[in-house]
Amino acid sequence: MRQVDTETTMTLELSHLSRRFTDFAALDDVSLSIAPGEFLALLGPSGSGKTTLLRILAGLDYPDSGSVDLDGQNFLAAPARERKIGLVFQHYALFRHLTVAENVAFGLRVRKRRLRPSKKAIAERVEQLLQRVQLDGFGHRYPTQLSGGQRQRVALARALAVEPSLLLLDEPFGALDAQVRLTLRRWLRELHEDLELTTIFVTHDQEEALELADRVAVMNRGRIEQVGTPEAIYQQPATPFVCEFIGKVNKLPLTLSGGRLGMGEWLLDGEPWNGEHAHAVAYVRPEHLALDVPETQPAWSARLRHVYLAGSVAHLELYVPSLDHTLEADIAGEDVAKLGLQPGAQLRVAPRSAVVFAMDKSGEDAAVQGRWVWQAKNAPHA
Amino acid sequence: MTASSTTSATGIRHRRAPHWPRKIGRSLLILAAVIFLAVFLVLPLSVVFVEAFRQGMHAYLSTIKQPEALSAIRLTLLVAVIAVPLNIVFGIAAAWAMARFEFRGKALLGAFIDLPFSISPVISGLVYVLLFGAQGWFGPWLQAHHVKIIFAVPGLVLATIFITLPFIARELIPLMQAQGSDEEEAARVLGAGGWQMFFRVTLPNIRWALLYGVLLCNARAMGEFGAVSVVSGHIRGLTTTMPLEVEMRYNEYDYVGAFAVASLLALLALLTLAIKTLLEWRYGDEIAAHAPGGH
Amino acid sequence: MRRRILPGFGLSLGYALAYLGLIVLLPLAALAWKASGIGLHGLIRLLSSPRTFAALKLSFVGATFAAVVNAFVGLLVAWVLVRYRFPGRRLFDALVDLPFALPTAVAGIALTALYAPNGWLGQWLVPHGIQIAYAPPGVILAMVFVGFPFVVRTLQPVLESLDRDVEEAAESLGASHPQTFFRVILPMLFPTLLTGFALALARAVGEYGSVIFIAGNIPMRSEIAPLLIVEKLEEFDYAGAAALGMVMLIASFVLLIVISLLQRWSRRWAEHTR
Repeated sequence: MRQVDTETTMTLELSHLSRRFTDFAALDDVSLSIAPGEFLALLGPSGSGKTTLLRILAGLDYPDSGSVDLDGQNFLAAPARERKIGLVFQHYALFRHLTVAENVAFGLRVRKRRLRPSKKAIAERVEQLLQRVQLDGFGHRYPTQLSGGQRQRVALARALAVEPSLLLLDEPFGALDAQVRLTLRRWLRELHEDLELTTIFVTHDQEEALELADRVAVMNRGRIEQVGTPEAIYQQPATPFVCEFIGKVNKLPLTLSGGRLGMGEWLLDGEPWNGEHAHAVAYVRPEHLALDVPETQPAWSARLRHVYLAGSVAHLELYVPSLDHTLEADIAGEDVAKLGLQPGAQLRVAPRSAVVFAMDKSGEDAAVQGRWVWQAKNAPHA
Repeated sequence: MTASSTTSATGIRHRRAPHWPRKIGRSLLILAAVIFLAVFLVLPLSVVFVEAFRQGMHAYLSTIKQPEALSAIRLTLLVAVIAVPLNIVFGIAAAWAMARFEFRGKALLGAFIDLPFSISPVISGLVYVLLFGAQGWFGPWLQAHHVKIIFAVPGLVLATIFITLPFIARELIPLMQAQGSDEEEAARVLGAGGWQMFFRVTLPNIRWALLYGVLLCNARAMGEFGAVSVVSGHIRGLTTTMPLEVEMRYNEYDYVGAFAVASLLALLALLTLAIKTLLEWRYGDEIAAHAPGGH
Repeated sequence: MRRRILPGFGLSLGYALAYLGLIVLLPLAALAWKASGIGLHGLIRLLSSPRTFAALKLSFVGATFAAVVNAFVGLLVAWVLVRYRFPGRRLFDALVDLPFALPTAVAGIALTALYAPNGWLGQWLVPHGIQIAYAPPGVILAMVFVGFPFVVRTLQPVLESLDRDVEEAAESLGASHPQTFFRVILPMLFPTLLTGFALALARAVGEYGSVIFIAGNIPMRSEIAPLLIVEKLEEFDYAGAAALGMVMLIASFVLLIVISLLQRWSRRWAEHTR
């Protein structure tokens, strides 16, 4: 996390928030602490509760139980209009009958007379904000006359106009096409660095969350599965859900044999549970598969079935006959030629690292009993 | 009632030219529909104007300038001017509650709003007679206090409100449901108060649909006959609206006079249709597509 | 903790309920109360009066007949307006709403002027033994007139949004155009057609203004039930008027419920998609 200036030292403390809708729990005992100036992503599949959490912070919904404190003050007691929040809606919710400039000015114009800036000051502020979002000269247009990316920036300018202490974005790039999305993403990151404004955004796109945020909270079924830096989320996933939701992953069922967990020829040493759990699942990222393991170390012999060259990365599909299992491995595109990889090639394959979860039984509905980050000793390079 | 039909041009044409038997079939269908519409709609409309001018322009104007005709016009306008705004307020309130909130009995409320559409106009007038007439629930009390509702203007207004109550609500509810509450929530988050939100966001978003509803409501309010007829008492110059004046003149065999007043109402109908078509054509999206009779 | 985010729930719902209660529910309660005053015996006597029975029969049978006519003609007109392009189409489309917009009294005297024995069309029809005005056909004609827009306006949006793929699929499977229409399109339109039918029926049952001029109002022959209510009122028979009104109301509701059940059955295939 970056250094923030001392003026905005307001920590947002969410504790034990629960919210039930008639047929499901949108939030189930969620606690989270958000530091001033932080850029936090709420990441999860649809229905995971991330939007409900955002709406509660915005004052557009209320929890059944739990509290939100801002520097020790009850944040939920204030109605939406008094929270000084900037909210960017998923579909922007621009006022369709108002011009861009009028949209941006809205929050200032509806203020009580004694708090309302003069007409001139409002116009200046609008001009300034439109410049900031690179839309100067667009003030007289109507929202329908703008592209998706432009509308998104108008929504952002409108939210920033009220000088919020907290910026909330609901799927900010959800409705945009890939190219615009990428540009806007970088731009938003820069804007955040300029403004140093506490920002929370909701997304179902893991790439977006990992690239943009200081910290990511991964949500599933109304619970927070893991909170951490993008690095930690990717490298040390805390739960099977996080493993499977973030990035591509090989899921390998392990069994206990002779006091060691393993799958076929691949056996792990240093199992931490002393044989307590007969079942486990290992998650191995495609880039963590070694393809030329020496004979001295345990490995599967696999046949290379397909090579999918996707630009700088090559995706390999490997078949292990002894397990009747297909594995995915990623290597740098240039290495394909270097290693002379052709479909049909025989390779000795083993993970370099894995995240292992001890389970109470085999199968999909098994419960997690323990977690172990495993690293191969003197791991060979691909 | 309501009925919105945006004439769509959604690429409905066939890609290939139809074969000649199809072409003939299609022409026959078009011909049948056009003949029906002409005989059934255009002819009755024409007959009104032809009969009104049967004895020339002078007779037409003089019969319209008669004091009872003028007072009927005044009374019709007065009734509409009271009934329509009341139903506007009701329509907006009902639409706000129905389209923005979930509550128990919502479907029932919707059914009650539609109720006047499925009740005979005569019964709509009758219920007020039973309530406020000489033998009605409040009749004796009203008589004792010298308040006249039945066979007086208040009765006409009440019956008209009853008949036209659903128009505006029915127009607004589906539109507001389709629009969703995002913009209103955005206004709240940006600090707008309740009325600020209403006047700056909600009202501008529903203005064309509201105008559309007002148009239909007004046409019915000015043209209502059955309900008004029951509560009016037909007191010339006092409780006869234009449609009642038409009836009385017709029953007195003053055909030119009846058709002259009728021609004014027909003009109102044509004007209503013209504005309605214009609204559908220009603001079809903001009026919302919905089937009449269902939500 | 507050749940409702947008303001004005209590105000808007409270106002709507109060207004509805005063304008609609209270008067209807008065109707029910007054109607119950005549008692079972009175009700039987009322309904067994041949004149009342004839009037109710004309109102309901005539309205059903008119709604059936409207279902056919409305389908034809809606089809032509949606599917074909021809000069004057938009004008005719706008004119469909004329019966909505034209005050019923005006429609009534206009139709009478057309079909009376000395009228524009009547002078040609009556000598051939076709009497429309001052007879039951006139009643039905007026009922068709007021109900006509309902069917067209209900069908139009559905016809416009009808998936052309399905038709093309039928044609590609070898169906002829009439086959496609009767086996594919009509079944898909049927629930909507029923809605239009029900609306036209409800309107025609209670119709007064446009009917009384052309009907001639001959007791036992061309007198409709709403007119009978008016006559009872004029004779200060409030209880009789209320009872007859109540009978009409209940009968129309039963009719509408039956139609809505029929409708639910006819769109059973749509249950999961809607």
